Amino acid sequence: MAEIQIKNVAKTFGAYQALHDINLTIADQEFMVLLGASGCGKTTLLRIIAGLETATTGEVWIGGRRVDHLAPKDRGIAMVFQNYAVFPHLTVFENIGFGLRMAKMPNAEVTRRVERVASLMHIEQLLKRYSGELSGGQRQRVAVARALAMEPDVILMDEPLSNLDALLRLEMRAELKGVLAESKTTAIYVTHDQVEAMSLADRISVMHQGKIVQAASPIEVYRNPAAHFVASFIGNPPMNFLRAEPAGSGKWKVAGETVDGPVSAATPLQLAIRPEDMRLADDGLKARVKLVEPLGAHLLVTCDVDGTMIRAVLDSDLTVKVGDVLTLAPQPDRVRWFDPQSTLAVA
Amino acid sequence: MTAATDAPQIDARRSGRWLYIASVVLLCAWVLVPLYFLFINTLSSPETVNSFPKGFVPEFDFGSLRFFAGFQGMIDALYNSVLVAVLTMIMSILIGAPAGYALSRFDFRGKELFRMLILLTRAFPLPLLALPLAVLFIRVGLDDTVFGLALVHTTLAIPFAVLITFSLFSGIPIELEEAAWTLGCTRLGAFTKVVLPLILPGITASAIFAFVISWNEVFAAAVLTIENRTLPAFLLQSLAESPLHLKFAGGFILVVPALIFIFAVRKYLFAMWGIANR
Repeated sequence: MAEIQIKNVAKTFGAYQALHDINLTIADQEFMVLLGASGCGKTTLLRIIAGLETATTGEVWIGGRRVDHLAPKDRGIAMVFQNYAVFPHLTVFENIGFGLRMAKMPNAEVTRRVERVASLMHIEQLLKRYSGELSGGQRQRVAVARALAMEPDVILMDEPLSNLDALLRLEMRAELKGVLAESKTTAIYVTHDQVEAMSLADRISVMHQGKIVQAASPIEVYRNPAAHFVASFIGNPPMNFLRAEPAGSGKWKVAGETVDGPVSAATPLQLAIRPEDMRLADDGLKARVKLVEPLGAHLLVTCDVDGTMIRAVLDSDLTVKVGDVLTLAPQPDRVRWFDPQSTLAVA
Repeated sequence: MTAATDAPQIDARRSGRWLYIASVVLLCAWVLVPLYFLFINTLSSPETVNSFPKGFVPEFDFGSLRFFAGFQGMIDALYNSVLVAVLTMIMSILIGAPAGYALSRFDFRGKELFRMLILLTRAFPLPLLALPLAVLFIRVGLDDTVFGLALVHTTLAIPFAVLITFSLFSGIPIELEEAAWTLGCTRLGAFTKVVLPLILPGITASAIFAFVISWNEVFAAAVLTIENRTLPAFLLQSLAESPLHLKFAGGFILVVPALIFIFAVRKYLFAMWGIANR
C-alpha cells in the first residue's frame, strides 16, 4: 500500500523558482503521468519524490510515512532513468540483483527474483552480458527489470522511453503498461510526449511553469482542459481558438456567426474546439482553405476564419482545394470556453 | 572559371598540408633526436662517446650502465627515489581525488576560482619557495627526510591529480550514482561499488603520473636533502664531475622509467586537457 502525498512542495534554484506550491495525491497502485514541456518542473518534482533533490519547502509522504528527510534508499522507491543508468562494470544479472544484494538477500532469493523479472522483461538470454553489449532497447529492459526486482512500493520513471526509436517506443509502451499493472505498484512517470501520457496514465498531471495546471484522467484532460495551456498542449494538432464577443444572454459572436455559450460571462472569451470536432455543414463558420494535408486516414485542412488560422480534420474522401471556402460547424457538445484574462476554462 | 578558382585552392591546401607534415616532423625530431643520442651514447664505449664523427648505430657496450649498477650510493638513491615517489603517489591521490570528485559533482561558491587556484600553484617557481621551505623544514625537523620531500612533491603533483580525476569523475554519469542510491546505497556505498570500479584505471594513471613528477623532480630534492638524496639529486651531484659517457648513461637511467610510465598513461593525460581519447 503506497499512497503518495505531496504537500505544498516548492523548489527554488537560486533566484529561479522551479516549483510553486505543488499539492498532489497519488492513489495506491495508480499510474500517474507528469506531463509537460521541458523546463516545466516535472523532472524536479520526480527527483524530489525520489530523494535525489530536496524540496525548498513542503512535505512528501509515501504510504502514510513522511519521507522528505530520508535518503533515497529508505523511501521504498525504485527509479528508471532516461539514460538507463545500467552499471557498465556489472553483468545484466548483477545489475538486476544490485539492489537485492545491497539489501543482503540470500543468494537463492536474488537468483529467483532476478530470473522472474528477467523473464517478465524478456531478457533471460542476456543475463551474462555487460551493458556495452546491449542495444538501447535491451538496456531499457534491464533498467526496468532492476527497478521491478526491488518490488518497490513506488516506481518512478523519468522519460524512460525517450531515447528509443519510434517503433521500439511503441512496443515498450504497451509492455510497460502490462508489466506495471501486474506488479501492482504505484507508478509516477515523467514524459513530454502526450501520446505516451494518454496511453499509459490512469491520471495525467499537466505541468506548466512549475505548477500543476490540471490533474485528471486522460480523457478528461483531453475533453475538458482546465486551462488554455492544457488545451493548446494536448492533442495533435491542438485545439483551435476563436475570439468570441458577448452578444447578451448566452449568445456569442464568433467570426460573424452567433453561437450559444456561457451565460455568466460578459467579457470577450475564446471559443475552443478540437480539429476533429468540426463538421462540414450548411450553417457555420466561413473558412477559407489555406493548406491541405492528406494524412491517409483523414484530411488535415488549415483554414482562415475571420483572420484566425484554425485546423480541421475532415474525411479523406473529400476533395478540398486551397482557396475553397468551407462552412465548418463545431459540434455544440464539444465546444469549450476560455477566459483570455485568467486563461482558465469557463463553464 | 571554376578551374581558375579551384587551382589556387588546391595549391593552398597542398602547401598547408606540407606545412603540417613539416611541423609534425620538426616537433618529433625535437623530442626524439636528443633521446636517440642519449640512447646510443649510453650504449657506447667511452672512446666512441668522446670521438667524432659519431655513428648512428649503438654499439651495445654496457660498460657505462654496469658502472652505475656498482656505483657507491646509487642503490640507496634509487631506493629513496622510489620511496619518495610512492609516498607522493599515495598522498596526491588521497588528497587530489576527493577534490576532483567535489569539483565534478558539487556546485559551490568559488568553484571556478578554486579550479584556477589549483593551476596557480604551478605558477610559483620552486627556487623561490626553496629557501623558506628549507628553513621551515629544518625548524620542524622534516629536513633531509623522505617524507618531507614527498610532501613537496605532493604539492607539485596535486594540481594534476585534481584535474585528471576531475575529468574522470565528470566522465561518469551522475545517474549511475543516483541509481545506486535508489537501489539501497549510501553516498559512500555508491562511490565504492559503482564509481570506484569504473575509474580505477584512470586513478592508476593519475597515480603513475604523480610518481613520474616526483621521479623527475630535482631541485627540491637537491635543496632539501643531503644524506637521503633521490636519484636525480644524487646523479646531479655526482655527474657534475664525471666523464661524458657516464653523464649520458646517468641521463638515460633517469629518462627511461619516466618515458615508459608517461607512455603507459598518455590516454589519461590527453583526457585531462580535454582532448578526445584517440
